[in-house]
Amino acid sequence: MIECECGHKNPIGTELCESCGKPFHEETEQKLLDMRYEGVARRSKTYQTTIIDKIWNFFSSVKVGIWIIVLTLIASAIGTILPQEMYIPPNVYPAQYYKEQYGVVGYIFYTLGFHNLYGSWWYMLLLASMGLSLIIASLDRVVPLYRALKKQSVTRHTSFLKRQRIFGISRVPNPHETIKQVEQKLKEKHYQIRKENGNILAEKGRFSRWGPYVNHLGLVIVLIGAMLRFFPGMYVDEVLWIRDGETEAIPGTDRKYYLKSERFILETYDQDDKKFQEIIKKVGNGIPKNYQTDAILYENKNVGIAGAEPKLVKLKQQSIKVNHPLKFDGFALYQTSYKLNEFHKMYFKLEEKETGKTFGEIEVDLLNPKSTYNLGNGYKVEILEYFPDFEFGDKGPTTKSKIPNNPAFVFKMYTPKTKDGEISFVAIRQNLEPFGENKFKMTFTKLDVRNVTALTVRKDRTLGVIAFGGLIFMIGLVQGMYWNHRRIWVQIVGNEIWMAAHTNKNWYGLKKEIDYVIKDTDLTKPQDQKEHKGEVA
Amino acid sequence: MAQLSSTLLYIAFILYLIGTFFFGGAIRDKRKERTGKNRWSQLGITTAIIGFLSQLGYFITRWIAAGHAPVSNLFEFTTFFGMMLVAAFIIIYFIYKISILGLFALPVALLVIAYASMFPREITPLIPALQSDWLQIHVTTAATGEAILAVSFVAGLIYLIRVVDQSKPSKRTFWLEVVMFCLITTLGFVLVSTSFGLADYEAKFTWIDKNKQQAEVVYDMPALVGPHEGKLTKESAGRFEPLVYMPAIINAKKLNTVIWSLIGGIVLYVLFRLVLRKRIAAALQPLVKNVNLDLTDEISYRAVAIGFPVFTLGALIFAMIWAQIAWTRFWGWDPKEVWALITWLFYAAFLHLRLSKGWHGEKSAWLAVIGFAIIMFNLVAVNLVIAGLHSYAGT
Repeated sequence: MIECECGHKNPIGTELCESCGKPFHEETEQKLLDMRYEGVARRSKTYQTTIIDKIWNFFSSVKVGIWIIVLTLIASAIGTILPQEMYIPPNVYPAQYYKEQYGVVGYIFYTLGFHNLYGSWWYMLLLASMGLSLIIASLDRVVPLYRALKKQSVTRHTSFLKRQRIFGISRVPNPHETIKQVEQKLKEKHYQIRKENGNILAEKGRFSRWGPYVNHLGLVIVLIGAMLRFFPGMYVDEVLWIRDGETEAIPGTDRKYYLKSERFILETYDQDDKKFQEIIKKVGNGIPKNYQTDAILYENKNVGIAGAEPKLVKLKQQSIKVNHPLKFDGFALYQTSYKLNEFHKMYFKLEEKETGKTFGEIEVDLLNPKSTYNLGNGYKVEILEYFPDFEFGDKGPTTKSKIPNNPAFVFKMYTPKTKDGEISFVAIRQNLEPFGENKFKMTFTKLDVRNVTALTVRKDRTLGVIAFGGLIFMIGLVQGMYWNHRRIWVQIVGNEIWMAAHTNKNWYGLKKEIDYVIKDTDLTKPQDQKEHKGEVA
Repeated sequence: MAQLSSTLLYIAFILYLIGTFFFGGAIRDKRKERTGKNRWSQLGITTAIIGFLSQLGYFITRWIAAGHAPVSNLFEFTTFFGMMLVAAFIIIYFIYKISILGLFALPVALLVIAYASMFPREITPLIPALQSDWLQIHVTTAATGEAILAVSFVAGLIYLIRVVDQSKPSKRTFWLEVVMFCLITTLGFVLVSTSFGLADYEAKFTWIDKNKQQAEVVYDMPALVGPHEGKLTKESAGRFEPLVYMPAIINAKKLNTVIWSLIGGIVLYVLFRLVLRKRIAAALQPLVKNVNLDLTDEISYRAVAIGFPVFTLGALIFAMIWAQIAWTRFWGWDPKEVWALITWLFYAAFLHLRLSKGWHGEKSAWLAVIGFAIIMFNLVAVNLVIAGLHSYAGT
């Protein structure tokens, strides 16, 4: 403890007495006092021996904090030179893609791991040290600062006053009368007045001093929120593709919720729209206006019962559009992609080639074709083989996928005339007869198509935490930036009045207020000692 | 309505130009009599306010004509940014009453608006992702924040012109000239684009893109650099033949525009130097010789103190709320998002350096200039070069 001549006991390491402001280390060279953090004893400046002290001191340094900010800034910028891995097309090999697309630069970018920079361990480490720096640097300052501002007394040591940036001495005929006038004026400017032996401490906006610590707290909450994502159950990110008219279990909900897509709609801006004619003329038709899925949400009442068929109860009906997700039980479904006109059903007629007579029509559901279609009167069609996404590979006909992009069939047609059946291979614009000339053929009549919608299924339970952190951050920022902590000391020293003032920022505003306060009084205008000293001829 | 809107913007542009000259007059006047208000600066600020109202008229009428807030493409966003820059200047002017600020802020706003006008100006319909009230909330707040931060650049620039010693060449004079050159190059871009635009220059090429597909591209400036394996089409026969051809991954058309702008900038800069016979900043120095440095420094800092929270709210918080609604996630490391974060980190570093490390005066002024450079990078390069989800700039 250091005891000041005013009687106040200060913690070790204090620069300016918490009560009267008397400087403990007289440095004759410096004319103005360093008022940062009120000259309080900070842990980082006082204890510097143990390893804990050293870590504490490292992270409490603003200089280190600034370096962390700058390094994060540079790293983030590097990540934007080329697209990140998540923005390159799916189904390509990143190693190959970066090299092929961007040459040597791409190769280096990929090799150094910059294609996934924001998820890299060292970027995480940067963010973590930023969090640590925010916590330690704030604690190191806010606690003693709070103490000092609470303990400050009205009457200040003369060397404290003299060495404030704004300071002036006036000789007035009637000091007490003048002080009274000044007090009145200060009140008009909404200062809080404390008095002691005829001296005045006028203060306002002290709460703005807590702004930085409040906003740092907000940032720490945001970082914690971001970390929470890695805990199971906090975050769901799935994609759900549904064909028009189908009902699917919503992934991530353990079959508790089902969604039916009644239809997907794509609308474009109308060519005749007067407002946008000019641009449509230029870039052509097809500027999208709306992506929409008309959906019905169901809850499965049999969820959790082993082997039970889902028992669906309708919960909600909504059109899901971009910017209008469907929300339920912490989940949100977003319109993110689509596929138009996927093949749904194909229709064929059984036809006698010679006469052109037809003997009924079959309807093939391309996702779920039947093996036999009975047309009655001894007419029957079998599907021997089905290739939904036909391709002629090395080993003969195969299918690329299960999605009916290019369906092909091997039909076997039975009629009273051809009891053993005839085989024909039918694909789009193809009709082959591999085992010799047939009497009958399958004639394609029509095709049903339908749209497929892609919805992103998202649950993010960290949102609340992050939003809360953001709110606290904004409050702290506004509190610290839009208000200033101003103090004006008016003291009677002998037969003079000494006036000194301090603000944490916006000195121009403070000076204007002082001008107002001393107007029509006998006080002379205090000088800005910094400006005075620094002025060049 | 759309026609009226364009006219109002044009009027605003002219008024800002006239206002600049009035503020110039105010500076000259002040040398004789140093009293606070003078007629020139009153004229200047009045002109600026009428100009601002006219531009506000442009904004409102265009909103009515389009049926959505006119902040949906590069032209609209950048003009709005220019408008908010003028608004921020007007407010700061009424706090500090400094005419010199007008002499620098209005030309910067003019450059911004002129630059904006070089991009397609048609009223564009909103794609589904943009159909949200958050469009106007997010974009206007972000632009306002950036505009207030730009005032800090203007004040910082004045500070530097006043304080950098022009009697001998140094690193400081060099970098200050670089800043001047960048501003002049923007003017170069505007002049070159306008000239070729007026001449209706058009050259169509067929070329091979990076997926080895044949594509077509229309140049609106003579092609100094041509696209990959580019050939002039028949209808463009006789147009200027490119000197070199670029590989497929480089967007040759944009590069060509950049080269032309640089040529325009260099020609203008050299001309200025020949006429002035000294550095641009040295030629401007007499204008600012009566500036109160402490006050200029404070304005620069104050603009950051006011602009930083607005920027955070608009460019990060509102942006994240909207991204959660439209793109399913509040943060996705899209280049534009990252550059908003970079801008934010930079000004955070600025504030810490100033508050805790005592970086006042010249250091702080340089930082204000760099900050503005980052904002411009985000506006220009990230939209046009690093294409991401935000790149509504198209060609």
